[in-house]
Amino acid sequence: MIENIRLSFRGIFSHKIRSLLTMLGIIIGIAAIIAIVSTIKGTNEQIKNNLIGSGSNTVKINLVMGDSTYDFGYETPPQEVVPLDDKSREKIVALDEVEDCTFYRTRENFMNVFCGPTQLESSIIYGIDPHYFDTAGYMICEGKGFAKNDFTDFTKTAVIDKTIADGVFSGESPVGSIIDINGEPFTIIGVAAKVSEFEPVIESVDDYYTYNQAESGLIFIPTDDWGMLFRYDEPQNCIVKAKDTDSMTGAGKKSADILNKNIVKTSVNGENKVLPKYKSENLLEQAKNLQDLSSSTNNMLIWIASISLLVGGIGVMNIMLVSVTERTREIGLKKALGARKRRILAQFLTEAAVLTSIGGVIGVLSGIGLSKVISKMADVPVAISTPAIIIAVAFSMLVGIVFGLIPSVKAARLDPIDALRYE
Amino acid sequence: MIFEIKNIYKDYIQAKQAVPVLHDITLSVDEGEYVAIMGPSGSGKSTLMNIIGCLDKQTKGSFYFDGTDIMSAGDKKLSEIRNKKIGFVFQNFNLLPRQSALENVELPLLYAGVSKKERRRRAKMALERVGLENRMNFRPTQLSGGQKQRVAIARAIVNKPRLLLADEPTGALDTASGEQVMELFEGLNKEGVTIVMITHEPDIARRAKRIMYIRDGRLYTEPPRNEREVQG
Repeated sequence: MIENIRLSFRGIFSHKIRSLLTMLGIIIGIAAIIAIVSTIKGTNEQIKNNLIGSGSNTVKINLVMGDSTYDFGYETPPQEVVPLDDKSREKIVALDEVEDCTFYRTRENFMNVFCGPTQLESSIIYGIDPHYFDTAGYMICEGKGFAKNDFTDFTKTAVIDKTIADGVFSGESPVGSIIDINGEPFTIIGVAAKVSEFEPVIESVDDYYTYNQAESGLIFIPTDDWGMLFRYDEPQNCIVKAKDTDSMTGAGKKSADILNKNIVKTSVNGENKVLPKYKSENLLEQAKNLQDLSSSTNNMLIWIASISLLVGGIGVMNIMLVSVTERTREIGLKKALGARKRRILAQFLTEAAVLTSIGGVIGVLSGIGLSKVISKMADVPVAISTPAIIIAVAFSMLVGIVFGLIPSVKAARLDPIDALRYE
Repeated sequence: MIFEIKNIYKDYIQAKQAVPVLHDITLSVDEGEYVAIMGPSGSGKSTLMNIIGCLDKQTKGSFYFDGTDIMSAGDKKLSEIRNKKIGFVFQNFNLLPRQSALENVELPLLYAGVSKKERRRRAKMALERVGLENRMNFRPTQLSGGQKQRVAIARAIVNKPRLLLADEPTGALDTASGEQVMELFEGLNKEGVTIVMITHEPDIARRAKRIMYIRDGRLYTEPPRNEREVQG
């Protein structure tokens, strides 16, 4: 076998131009497929990254009624839902998929916030537990975060985000200043910022609405202080941090199940009421739907590129038939010297397979080059897929074996006398 | 007994008609013999050689090579006999042009499944035997006709066959190179190699210990009357 491969290489290199032309169909086909697959994979990874953010792996679990999220700025809390306690959190953190978990309350577009004379329009207030910053991926970049007693002693302290810090205090340190929320004064003790600032790649208006999750104008206060501003028994939402991106879906679903056990069933006049429930945002599934959409169009392209492989395969068969005729004497001689039919068959099959495999390798390399060029020119992301490369080379080898079969059988069946006599 | 041919006939089918080529041929060759089969072109001597070489099968009659019935042998058995028991020397050498002399000589050992190291060793020995130890890595295109034929002889004897089968071994050579080949044959025969040689040249045939004459598909032990015709 090794001998056959060595002989094949020698044969192929002794006819360089002919071998290259024969391989061309395979090279073009494989290159096209690799380029298409790389583009698909690149686009898919971009979609996934845009939706999920690079590496934060957080899943929001919100209280919903039907399809819409509860907004306690307008709605009173449903009586079936009681505030979550540490026991629920412990159960969630114990899940395999979950790394960390936090409960929080929120008001969006809250107008009644003042810093001295400046009114902050549409800020978002968060009432958070001690795990929020770690789980949601914030760090304190100035001042300090909440201490243990801030959560128990109603210290009326607040942490603001960089947008407010820069916008209102313009360069001066906000730490120690007073921020007035809903008529209550809070002391700013720190400024928080996202650990990894991830900006989705936005290429169209659609992309913006699909991917943009950036929030700004955030004010964090300890969740126990919430009751001073709003209702103390308001239900929380939840964020879980999954172990990795792939376990996000599972982490979200299982956590939501645990939270839903807190919802008390009630009935009005014997009829079951439609209950509010906790539901996880399934970004992974959303990403998958978008990816399927882009993949299905591109899969057609792969089929078209495969036609080139078919044509390439026929080219290989043609040249192998010529080669068998050319080497009739050689085949006859080898038979006279004791080569069996299967040996001749193996020799020609190996030659065809080596030829197309070299074509496959060159095709993969040109495909990678091509996708880099596409990525530069059309400004689309590409990602080289290792399984695709392995499959491509294996498939081109298969093309060689399939299309080399007829010529090889012809060679093996040659009558040694006819072959020796052949001029 | 190396082989035994008994009353064999060979017909070729040409344009749906059987054309007889060999007619009732009986020939047996013993260990250590040196036989020349002489005949003009078209006499059927190549066909006889193909049958003796197990490359072709007779239409009728029996042929045993070293005890094996060739008529009923399959590809595996025939390949094995050609590989291990017969060494071929052709008129036009039939060397593989892209391989060195050494690699050409190694070829039968490769088919016999001999390990690479052992192949090298035995091929070198065979090339030394024919006096080409300093041409081992030359390609056939870099060798003279006589040297090419000696490479072919080395290839034929490398497997220590029972029979050396030569088809017009000097046909493509000048007199001096032809003489070298004939001396080589005589030397090999003295060492115990059985040789069957086919030729149309009486000078060459005369070097053998026994001469058979073939004409129009029939084999004779005496030269046919019209000597000139045989000399062709």
